[in-house]
Amino acid sequence: MLVKVARDTWLVFQRALGQTLRTPILIVVTLGQPLVFLFLFGPLLKNSLRGIAPSEVFTIYIPGLMVQLVLFGSLAVGFSLTAELNRGVIERFLVTPVSRFSLLLGRTLRDAVILVVPSSLIVVLSIPFGLHVRPAGLIAMLGIMVLLILALAPVSYGLALALKRDEVLGPLFNMVTVPLLLLSGILIPMSYAPGWLRAASWVNPVTEVVNGGRQLFAGHLWNGTVALAVILAAALAAVTLTLVGRLFLRAAR
Amino acid sequence: MIETVGLGKTFQGRRGRVDAVHGVDLAVRAGEIFGLIGPNGAGKTTTLRMLATLLAPSSGRASVAGADLFREPHEVRRRIGYVGQSGGTDPLMTARQELVIQGRVYGMNKADAMARAAASIGVFELGDFADRPSGTYSGGQRRRLDLALGLIHGPRLVLLDEPTTGLDPLSRAHLWDWVRRLRDEGTTVLMTTHYLDEADSLSDRVAIIDHGRIVAHGTPGELKRQIAGDVVLVGAVGGDPAVIRRLLVGQPYVREAEETTKPEVTRLYVQDGEESMAQILKLLDSNGFRLKSISLTSPSLDDVFLRQTGRSLRDAAG
Repeated sequence: MLVKVARDTWLVFQRALGQTLRTPILIVVTLGQPLVFLFLFGPLLKNSLRGIAPSEVFTIYIPGLMVQLVLFGSLAVGFSLTAELNRGVIERFLVTPVSRFSLLLGRTLRDAVILVVPSSLIVVLSIPFGLHVRPAGLIAMLGIMVLLILALAPVSYGLALALKRDEVLGPLFNMVTVPLLLLSGILIPMSYAPGWLRAASWVNPVTEVVNGGRQLFAGHLWNGTVALAVILAAALAAVTLTLVGRLFLRAAR
Repeated sequence: MIETVGLGKTFQGRRGRVDAVHGVDLAVRAGEIFGLIGPNGAGKTTTLRMLATLLAPSSGRASVAGADLFREPHEVRRRIGYVGQSGGTDPLMTARQELVIQGRVYGMNKADAMARAAASIGVFELGDFADRPSGTYSGGQRRRLDLALGLIHGPRLVLLDEPTTGLDPLSRAHLWDWVRRLRDEGTTVLMTTHYLDEADSLSDRVAIIDHGRIVAHGTPGELKRQIAGDVVLVGAVGGDPAVIRRLLVGQPYVREAEETTKPEVTRLYVQDGEESMAQILKLLDSNGFRLKSISLTSPSLDDVFLRQTGRSLRDAAG
C-alpha cells in the first residue's frame, strides 16, 4: 500500500514538475517578488534599522525574505489546481486507481522543489551585499523551508478543491497571506512592535519559523528557537497533509 | 458487465433536495454497445459518473465489470475506462507524455507504458502529432487522445460521456467507427448521448432516461416497433388549424395525432403511410383546404421518446 502511494506520488510529481518547467514564466514570477524586495527594500532596511549593526541586518532580513517567498509561493499553488479541475484532468485521474493522497503529495513535493530554488538564489545573491551564513545553517534553513511548503501548499490546494473557482481564490489568498506576512516579523522585527501586536505575532506560526531561520543564519545550528521552528513546521505539515488528503479522497463525490 | 438495481442520486442544493437520478435499473451485457439517451439534465451524466466511481450513489446497488461499486470501488477503477465530456489533458503536454503517465498510473512499468503508448498512437492515428503539445490539436484529434487515454490499459468496459458532442460531422463519423471497432474487439461500451442518430446507429441496445428515470429500454428496433406503423407529417393551410386537425384525427386510418411546434403541421400515426397519404390528399382537397407539405417517415427514437414522455427529444435537447 505504502509502495503504491510512493510510486503514484512519484508519477504525479513527475507530471507536475514537467508542467511547471514548461511554463518558464511561472518561475520568473516566483523569483521576481523576492528579488524586488531584496533590491528595493533591503537597502532601505539597512539604513533605517537603528540599533543593529548594518552587517547584521541581512542576517535578520534574508531568512524573513525566504519565508516570505515560501509563504506567498505556497499559498498561490491552488490556482494550478483550479485550472486542472476545470480542464477535467483531476477527474480523469480520479477514475484511475491512482492513490488519492498521491494527487496531493506529488504536487506539494513539486512545489517544494520549485520554491527551494529561488530561496537559495536569494541567499546567493545576498552574499555580495554582505550576508554571511554557514553552509550547514543554510541547508538546515532550506530543510525548514521544505517543511513549511509541505504545510502551506495543501492549504491552498484544499481551498482550490473547495472553491473550484479562480475569482474567489485570489481575494481569499490575499486575505490570508497579508496578515500572516505583517504579523510574522518578516519585514521588520517584531521587537519594534507595540505589545499587543507582538502578542498577536506569537500566535502566527510563521513567526516561529522566521525566528528559527534567524538563529540558523546567526550561526546557531541547534537551540530552542530552531527546534521550535522545526517541530512547528513538521507538525503543521502533518496536519494539513492529513486534512486536505481527506478532501482529495472525497474530491469528485 | 454492468448491473444496477435502484440506483439513485440526490443532491442537496440550496433550494432543497434534487433527485437527479431515481430508481435506475440497468443491465449492460458484455460485448455490446449500450446507449443511454436523454435530453440535457436528464441524469445521463450523473448515472455514468456514479458507475465510474466519481460520484457516490445515494441509493441502490451496482456491479460494474464484476466488482461491487460500493464495496470495491478501487477494483472497479482498475477494470474500467472512462472518457468524460471535458477530456482532461494538459495543453502543454504531448499525447505520448500523457499516454505514458496514464499507462504507468494503471500499473505498467515504464517500458510497457511506452510500448502501449506507441500502440495507442497507431490505433487512434495520433502519429503525426503525438509529440506536439495537445493544445495545438483540433477538437477531433483531442477527442481521439481522450479515447486513447481512457483505453490505454485495455479495459473490458469503457464508459463514454457524450463522446461526439462538439465534433464536426467527419470527426463524428470517424469516432463512430472507432466505437464500433472497440465493440468488435470485445470491449463493452456504455455511452451517453443526446443525439438520436448516434444512439440509433451505434447502439445494440438503448435506455431512454428522462428526469432521472428510465422510461424505456430495449433494442432500437424493438422500441420503434412499439410505435407500430408509420408517421405522416401533414402541413395544411386554408383554415383554422384546430378544425383541420379534428378532421384528420377523425379519419379511421389515423391512430393518433399530435401537434407539432409549427401550428399548421400535425403529426399523424397511421398504419400504412403510403396509402394514408393518398387519402389525406383527397380529404383535404374535398374540404377546401390546401396541402402545404406532407412527408412520410418510419418511427424514429424521437417518436419513441415522444410517446413515452410527451415531449420531443429534439425540442427538449435545445
